[in-house]
Amino acid sequence: MSKDPNIIKIVVEDREGKHHELEGPTDMNMNMMELCKSYELPVEGTCGGMAMCASCHMYVTSDHDLAERSEDEEDMLDEAFHVEDNSRLGCQIQLTKEIDGLEVKLAPVG
Amino acid sequence: MIQTDILIIGAGPCGLFTVFEAGLLKLKCHLIDSLAQPGGQCSEIYPKKPIFDIPAYPEILAGDLTDKLMEQIAPFKPGFTLGERAEFIEKDDEDQFIVTTNRGTKHRAPVIAIAAGLGCFEPRKPPIENLSDFEDKGVEYIIKDPEFYRGKKVVISGGGDSALDWTVFLADGVADEVTLVHRRTSFRGHPDSVQKVMDLAEAGKINLVVNCEVVGVDGDGKLEKVTVKHKTDGEKGIEADHWVPLFGLSPKLGPISDWNLNISKNSIDVDTFDYQTNVPGIYAIGDINTYPGKLKLILCGFHEATLMVQSAFKRIYPDKNLVLKYTTVNGVNGFE
Repeated sequence: MSKDPNIIKIVVEDREGKHHELEGPTDMNMNMMELCKSYELPVEGTCGGMAMCASCHMYVTSDHDLAERSEDEEDMLDEAFHVEDNSRLGCQIQLTKEIDGLEVKLAPVG
Repeated sequence: MIQTDILIIGAGPCGLFTVFEAGLLKLKCHLIDSLAQPGGQCSEIYPKKPIFDIPAYPEILAGDLTDKLMEQIAPFKPGFTLGERAEFIEKDDEDQFIVTTNRGTKHRAPVIAIAAGLGCFEPRKPPIENLSDFEDKGVEYIIKDPEFYRGKKVVISGGGDSALDWTVFLADGVADEVTLVHRRTSFRGHPDSVQKVMDLAEAGKINLVVNCEVVGVDGDGKLEKVTVKHKTDGEKGIEADHWVPLFGLSPKLGPISDWNLNISKNSIDVDTFDYQTNVPGIYAIGDINTYPGKLKLILCGFHEATLMVQSAFKRIYPDKNLVLKYTTVNGVNGFE
């Protein structure tokens, strides 16, 4: 079977240090928060993806060139803890071909 | 003691609509919510966000949806206990539930509907190991009475409006010393408040500590010092009688998790026949419940509320027959 061109690979490290390989569709208008939830990884996504809570806080550990944090995202990270330079809200990372191979680590629950 | 037919825990959209459907069956409702206003997440988190999947509303702001629901249920005169958290549940010898809030308000009803969404909103607590040792001994998550801080050294953390507003207020001759700690240099609060804080810092009336976060608390029996960590310059201590971390609210399942209900992944298991939990007479509707095929949508919560009150009616009046009446036939007959 040939590889589905709309599927990208993502690696998520959970809070226990376990790595999960996820397959993310790029044609479903999905983001990293939703992808993690669909694999039942412990990501809350309280606000449903509006960058209005900070419950999908994660660190990007690969050197992918993501779109910069928006002002909204930056504002919401104010309510998160353990914010680092590579901190992102998962709901603000859209699944696109450009992020194939992305590696993230879930931030501690605040 | 507040007596009602259906006691609803949670005044979000789903809890509010329950009042309407119950009202059509002549059942009275009372709602408890930990927030100070009705609407749940819709009013607390995203009042200005448009919702696009409410039937017949191509677009409606979450805050407006709350207002419309309040208008829709007004004829049924619901009671509200707001700003209090439903804490304990027990049963009396007449098969009625007694629910007591954290402030001791007692409610009595034959039916409980838990419509608590993601749980009750509680202050987000910084992950500092010994933080709980200092709670109410110098660490407070909300400012109830500013006079409490008169003449004290106060450290506030956060970048939103509450952090900015309290900094300005306490610096105006209330506290002896005010320090505002924030993780970056820009603030998300109202531009006016940001300007006021900048002016106070400029004039030396507050200590503005940016690019820092509080990472430690210390003291002998009560708070005496907080440790802040700078992004690049290491750690330093700040003398403090009080530290007020203001990082917003996050929902927690809270006391409901001790009500002997079957819970899977922070949600309450229900039977989709009538959305009843494993405890007869306690129902769970909306985002708080789970069942095969569950979708956390407001519109699904409305459906669940509608079916739930039918079952509640039969529990309250086992001998009465219930006939579905369309509102187009009889209109809406509110309570006197």
